[in-house]
Amino acid sequence: MATKILLEHANVPGIKTYDVYRQNGGYRSVEKALKGMTPDEVVEEVKTSGLRGRGGAGFPTGMKWSFIDKKSGKPRHLVCNADESEPGTFKDRYLMEYIPHLLIEGMITSSYALGCNLSYIYIRGEYMWVYRILEKAIKEAYAAGWLGKNILGTGWDLDLHVHCGAGAYICGEETALIESLEGKRGNPRIKPPFPAISGLWANPTVVNNVESISAVPWIINNTGAEYAKIGVGRSTGTKLFSVSGHVKNPGVYEIDMGMTVDEFMNSDQYLGGMMNDRPLKGLIPGGSSVPILPSHLIFKTAAGEDRLMTYESLADGGFATGSSLGSGGFIVYNDTACIVRNTWNFSRFYHHESCGQCSPCREGTGWMEKVLHRIENGHGREEDIDLLWDIQRKIEGNTICPLGDAAAWPVAAAIRHFRDEFEYHVRFPEKIKNRDHFVAEPFEKVKHLVAKQVV
Amino acid sequence: MEISNAKQVINIDAALTARIDELLSHYPADKRKSALLPVLHEVQDAHDNWLSIELQDKVAEILGIKPIEVYEVVSFYTMYNQKPIGKYMFEFCRTSCCALRGAEDLMDYTCNKLGIKEGETTPDGQFTVVGVECLGACGYAPMLQLGDYYKEHLTKEKVDALIDDCRAGKVDLHKLTITE
Repeated sequence: MATKILLEHANVPGIKTYDVYRQNGGYRSVEKALKGMTPDEVVEEVKTSGLRGRGGAGFPTGMKWSFIDKKSGKPRHLVCNADESEPGTFKDRYLMEYIPHLLIEGMITSSYALGCNLSYIYIRGEYMWVYRILEKAIKEAYAAGWLGKNILGTGWDLDLHVHCGAGAYICGEETALIESLEGKRGNPRIKPPFPAISGLWANPTVVNNVESISAVPWIINNTGAEYAKIGVGRSTGTKLFSVSGHVKNPGVYEIDMGMTVDEFMNSDQYLGGMMNDRPLKGLIPGGSSVPILPSHLIFKTAAGEDRLMTYESLADGGFATGSSLGSGGFIVYNDTACIVRNTWNFSRFYHHESCGQCSPCREGTGWMEKVLHRIENGHGREEDIDLLWDIQRKIEGNTICPLGDAAAWPVAAAIRHFRDEFEYHVRFPEKIKNRDHFVAEPFEKVKHLVAKQVV
Repeated sequence: MEISNAKQVINIDAALTARIDELLSHYPADKRKSALLPVLHEVQDAHDNWLSIELQDKVAEILGIKPIEVYEVVSFYTMYNQKPIGKYMFEFCRTSCCALRGAEDLMDYTCNKLGIKEGETTPDGQFTVVGVECLGACGYAPMLQLGDYYKEHLTKEKVDALIDDCRAGKVDLHKLTITE
């Protein structure tokens, strides 16, 4: 259960440089595609692989590619979304920092499939040192003839550049990213038209996540059918998970889709269990936007089946008892974590990152932050919990882009699964004055107080 | 962020001009505006890490766009500073994953040590401490961003050493090194 596709050569000394990357089989997919395949055959191969977008939405990559408008005759663009900003997610950074040429190779092969002559990697501005690593790697690829005019004598030209953002989570949304790449504020566009029809400079554009693009070279070298053999059902291939929080071994892991959550969490090869062996309280499996799972729904679904690391299994039970694979940002909480504080923290994040275009999100995220802040700081009222529920419900589905939903879901899930913790905060303000209230006295130990209270 | 009326010496030298031209070459000739974000980074780096209105006007002139097109971008993105800040800006990530691993305590510690509150600059203009949102280093928490780099797996001792290094002039904010 440990196929290495993306991180196969991650530990090879010097793999960051062109020469070592090439010696380890780098750029073979470009040769194979350009010399022996038509662009449509490359698209078909990716369709066959079942690869799904690794940025969070999980939309089939090959299908997304097939939507690009080839009839209008306008220039087409591939833009790589490297604006990794979802709290809990740091996998793309790992790929770009340690194996930059893998992404560049993927960009070339994918640009060929889409018929692009000008492509970009949009990286978040905070990853400035990674930006410089990519710039250097791109220069090496130009020098070696993989970019520029008449690549491999085929007559096909491709220019690839890296473009940096400047600190805006919203630019991870594909239309906001395109606006930003045009030198504007990152305000998402109303769809349709979809970028595949009218994207960068109104040209047909495909936006794909770093991890999705980085899987393309392997798929072309080994066929889509081979890729589809890995994994379970519609969750094919391998997936990177970035792990943080209260575990023994945080970091980036590549696993076959389909491993049990139990094995991933508890085997020494992966997370090694809980830090300091404290009890597990909750898990966010796919970045801050997806619902938190309480401990009894982590290893087993509500139906009693093993919970697997797949799109389907992590979502099993819908929002009532499931979550989502999202971006693979795996955040683990032990019994000292305060769910109210954590939810307030997320709401502050979404309030800060809302672009301000749609009122439900602009105002709603601010209200949620305020109400959560007062509950966490001992000034909450009993009716605040229902008020929060009401606010999140009115944001969800009422905004141009999914940031509104992403801000609403963590609040909804926290109330759904940890309502007693909110009640405790409201009813016992003197016990939560200290920021680390559950470190000194975990909620499990004081839970009975909430049950006794009659309202 | 409030706008500052402080005077800024504007110096677009040959090296910076060459870099701007290189960035402009990455976009079609009629899409110069697309280079705005990367150009602002370079210009800010060369001007004590902030962008006065005069400097923003200069960028508009270079790119051939209206000043308002620069202002609205500078005020939208958090990495552009509209007022003078400390030479060494410690940007602590305080979003959930970092908070779980002690980021808030560490930021408080740093502020106390420097005698400032979050968001403030020391009177000598050397240090600014700010809390920022997720920097994508969740598994290596707690951490901070300083210049182009991340400092991760932080402890109080590491913060002490970093402050000492800054005071001794040993920290280059833009020199390429690899994080731990």
